[in-house]
Amino acid sequence: MRVVESLRAGLRQSLAADETVHFLGEDVLDPYGGAFKVAEGLSTQFPDRVHTTPVSEAGIVGLGVGMALRGLKPVVEIMFGDFVTLAADQLINHAAKFRWMSNDQVRVPLVVRTPMGGRRGYGPTHSQTLDRLYLGVPGLRVVAPHSLLDPGVMLADAILLEQDPLLFLEHKLLYSQTVRQLDDLPEFVSDRSAGRYPVNRFGLRGAPPASWTFTTYGYMTGLVLEAIERLAYQHEIFAEAIVYTQLSPFDPTPLAASLARTGRLLTVEEGSRTHGWGAEAAAAAASACLQPPLIRRVAAKDMPVPAAGPLEDEVLPGVDDVVQAVLAERAKGSGR
Amino acid sequence: MIIDRDPQTLYRHMLRIRTFEQQVLDWFPRGLFYGTTHTYLGQEADAVGVMTALQQGDVVVSNHRCHGHFLAYGGSMEALAAELMGRQSGVCAGRGGSQHIQWRDFYANGILGGTLPLAAGMALAERAADSGRLVVAFTGDGALGEGVVYETFNMAALWRLPLLIVLENNRYAQSTPIELNLAGTIAGRFAAFGIPMVEVETTDVEQIADTATALAEEVRQAAGPAALVIHTYRYGPHSKGDDSRDPAEIERHRQDDPLPLQAARLDPATLAEIEGQVTAEVEAAFQAAAEAPPAAPEALTPALEAMV
Repeated sequence: MRVVESLRAGLRQSLAADETVHFLGEDVLDPYGGAFKVAEGLSTQFPDRVHTTPVSEAGIVGLGVGMALRGLKPVVEIMFGDFVTLAADQLINHAAKFRWMSNDQVRVPLVVRTPMGGRRGYGPTHSQTLDRLYLGVPGLRVVAPHSLLDPGVMLADAILLEQDPLLFLEHKLLYSQTVRQLDDLPEFVSDRSAGRYPVNRFGLRGAPPASWTFTTYGYMTGLVLEAIERLAYQHEIFAEAIVYTQLSPFDPTPLAASLARTGRLLTVEEGSRTHGWGAEAAAAAASACLQPPLIRRVAAKDMPVPAAGPLEDEVLPGVDDVVQAVLAERAKGSGR
Repeated sequence: MIIDRDPQTLYRHMLRIRTFEQQVLDWFPRGLFYGTTHTYLGQEADAVGVMTALQQGDVVVSNHRCHGHFLAYGGSMEALAAELMGRQSGVCAGRGGSQHIQWRDFYANGILGGTLPLAAGMALAERAADSGRLVVAFTGDGALGEGVVYETFNMAALWRLPLLIVLENNRYAQSTPIELNLAGTIAGRFAAFGIPMVEVETTDVEQIADTATALAEEVRQAAGPAALVIHTYRYGPHSKGDDSRDPAEIERHRQDDPLPLQAARLDPATLAEIEGQVTAEVEAAFQAAAEAPPAAPEALTPALEAMV
């Protein structure tokens, strides 16, 4: 099963399980089924609760807030993550505020899901990783699945069980990836925290103790695991990965626990470096450590995402960047 | 009905708002209130007239100038005063303040225009539940500058949502007169989306009540959204200390004060009785609010834990 099918199944199960679930988005009706086909089949099966909308991102997220305040569980699809900027007021000043400013008299069980990320040549306004704009907004939960768990289960949990607003970020390149179970990764040992949005720890099976902790989320997870293998087999440097699915609010505990063993942190994200997710992850984890860890970051260059393939490759971080960041520290004598 | 449509009741409700708001302005220099306030002085007939058209359970969405809407809706005067003063007994225990009021089916947010899609979403939810309830969204001329307002008009009309938009045109967005803010007409905006609209230039609460009731009935019959545009005027500043209007202009509009207009329909003895009762009610409410314990910072700890 691919990620797109998993997400579709999560939506279908949610709509089937609870009549208060409604789905709204642009171009979501069959046979088109949404720009990335996540909604395919839904409007045929649930014609009264799947609403195709005008091109009005602020309007439809606002509609979702109102629906949520009055007893429904709306799911709003924003066609590209870049367009969530248009709904920023609705997310920040309405969705994230009503529970708080009503002194908890009301709740807003709204899920907004959207594809983020580049590597498809869509250019500067359709390739961004704007996650950071919505991180650290009190009252708004931000989560991002990867393909080493079932994203549809995570989505259905968010829709059916959450009482507060949630932004669900799906990297575009995940859609066509196969959903893998931990058993499908014979090279790695893994454990997974409890909860709806688990933190996974991945270490190489049979490897010596790790001297680096890599932390990441979303699509970069696969690249980080590849880098871990390459560093081990080609350079005899051993790392473990702490992979988040809940980006905000951020819980540094599992990251700090890993750093207590390794002492070296590399944050890896597709968004541009400055003021990114990695900055907060590093600061929060370092604050939770007794010994200050070495901190390095891998991220996109601080420039818009270009359209042309070679330029885009240069701006966005890849496996090589992770490997090189670690090798650079060894060359300086600060990393093994 | 949220407010009974008899002349005395209409007057009493308008006077409650007038006296409350006047007291807010009078007490402001005492330093009891946090932040600022947006008073409803002069617009009382709008909220009171519209509330006669609503049934218990109907939903009200309000804006930054929400005190009048809230009091007309039936909200507690003491709890509102306490909210302005940041007391634990405030409508939202001091978290929201003057422009963020939530009680029963009443929702206010100080973000201009951003509340309209919420109201449309609420209307969609009520229709999905087949509740028979309608949603009333109060908005103003200033909000017509916000793009999301037109996104909402479009969807509300397209999906025939049970939404009554009450647009109070008090002719100023903060300090800027409508002539400097608005191209075309207000009526033209609703016409463009095929939303039936009635425009009244009046401070007569009974006329507003009649018009709102007829429109609400249309909306309730599932005919889709409708709009009531009330050309009105505020006697106070936008918030505090930001009034640059010509005093002569304000004075001219005071000739149309909705309260004397309604008072003329009542006998002097009734008037005196209502005035005595309302004065006592407002005094007691502010006194009780001022004596109530302040919002407790300790309450933030469990709230923070709940946000993780």
